[in-house]
Amino acid sequence: MEISFVIEKFILVAVIFGISLVIAMYSTYAERKVAAYLQDRLGPDRAGPFGILQPLADGVKMFMKEEIIPASSNKWLFIVGPGLALLCACIGTAVIPWGSPMEIGGKMVPLQVADINVGVLYIFGVVSLGVYGVMIGGWASNNKYSLLSAIRAASQNISYEIAMGLSIIALLLMTNTLSLKEIVDQQHGWRWNVLYQPLGFLIFMVCSFAETNRAPFDLPECETELIGGYHTEYSSMKLGFYLFAEYINMFVSSAVMATLYFGGYNYPGMDYMATLLGPTWAPLFGVGIFFLKIVFFIFFFMWVRWTIPRFRYDQLMNLGWKGLIPLAIANIIITGIVIAIIEKF
Amino acid sequence: MESLSNKKKVLEQKPLSFMERMYLPAIAKGMGITISHLFKKEATVRYPEVEREFSTNFRGMHSLKRDENGKERCTACGLCALSCPAEAITMIAAERKNEEKHLYREEKYAATYEINMLRCIFCGLCEEACPKEAIYLDGPIVPADYLRKDFIYGKDKLVEAPLEMKK
Repeated sequence: MEISFVIEKFILVAVIFGISLVIAMYSTYAERKVAAYLQDRLGPDRAGPFGILQPLADGVKMFMKEEIIPASSNKWLFIVGPGLALLCACIGTAVIPWGSPMEIGGKMVPLQVADINVGVLYIFGVVSLGVYGVMIGGWASNNKYSLLSAIRAASQNISYEIAMGLSIIALLLMTNTLSLKEIVDQQHGWRWNVLYQPLGFLIFMVCSFAETNRAPFDLPECETELIGGYHTEYSSMKLGFYLFAEYINMFVSSAVMATLYFGGYNYPGMDYMATLLGPTWAPLFGVGIFFLKIVFFIFFFMWVRWTIPRFRYDQLMNLGWKGLIPLAIANIIITGIVIAIIEKF
Repeated sequence: MESLSNKKKVLEQKPLSFMERMYLPAIAKGMGITISHLFKKEATVRYPEVEREFSTNFRGMHSLKRDENGKERCTACGLCALSCPAEAITMIAAERKNEEKHLYREEKYAATYEINMLRCIFCGLCEEACPKEAIYLDGPIVPADYLRKDFIYGKDKLVEAPLEMKK
């Protein structure tokens, strides 16, 4: 292994890690601003111009707060929980292709940390690990509300992962590959998968709302029933880790949705732009387009949160098992039949 | 039994239709409503920088008035203190000396005049009771403070700024 390869990957990892943290930070700000504007308010505007320093102020507040570890909790697991949640949220970004290979000093640098041939499965694995942070935290708190919330989170994630996996299978029937890089490259220009798989995208999106514990599926942390849910007993930066993990999860799911269904860094007219900007700047422009899509999805997450009331628990299970799973299976069958017919003729 | 007034309506809970069970049309409609609010004017007033306009009969902080020659109108008759339901007003009267004629309108004046803003209920009865038109509740909102003693406003805060005298 060359030393330049290691340095290149190290820089890429550091940049992606930094970007996902900054985006998560500003998602908290954006969430409050979006909520405010959707409710005819102004939102935070005191810290810095337009309140853009608000996330920093919140971070400082989180660090300065007193840290309380309940006497009856399992101390080790209590500390592991939030760390695991944040870790699982962060490592999901490793396989996402951020842009087409970029030329730096006569060398083609891929803008993806690891192009593994089971990229989709890796994302699934990491996402389902994320629930352990919630479960461990809820269990270790030794508090009935936290435990109830952990149970809810676990069963909700398991139920919706099935529908999510099934909706992806229909997509994989079309792409014939699990590598995210190849899936993106197949969507060159305007051939975005959402145009061929609208139902699959809808199911995937609903499931990713459930996976990230966002409204209308935010039952694990619903205040009216469970106080704060699994983070009831948490304070200081451990609480911050949980909240942060939620926003990073949102960022990762937005990126995955944009990658799988909305063409990643592809956009109409990209061939023209590639000749216009050259091999260094055209991929960067693509990265910009990709982030534009991600930001739109993050906004969409927030938009939905401030529109739709929370589901009741039995409604949630009904929707998952009786609604989405049969739909996803039907989607697979239809896709299979259509592909078979196209190949035949 | 038949209802006497015929106003009673029996509500029947119908099972959801297919479109309703899909949730999606309702969700789309709801999201349309929320996004339309993105472009509406905010109701917020950025308070310390921007102040909301008060109605004309708003009762704020008291001010002790001066007459057209810049002399204090208050004669320390004590009617305001007597009328005050919250007993927020106290004063000590003093006799005007000859060389103080340009300061006070009549022979008697208030040497100290204190209003406890924590007691005051801003009812405006002092304003109604005053025979000399010396006190009006025409100021701004009384600001917040940290100590109880700082809420007792003396003449330094209450008396109107002196007029620019014409020579």
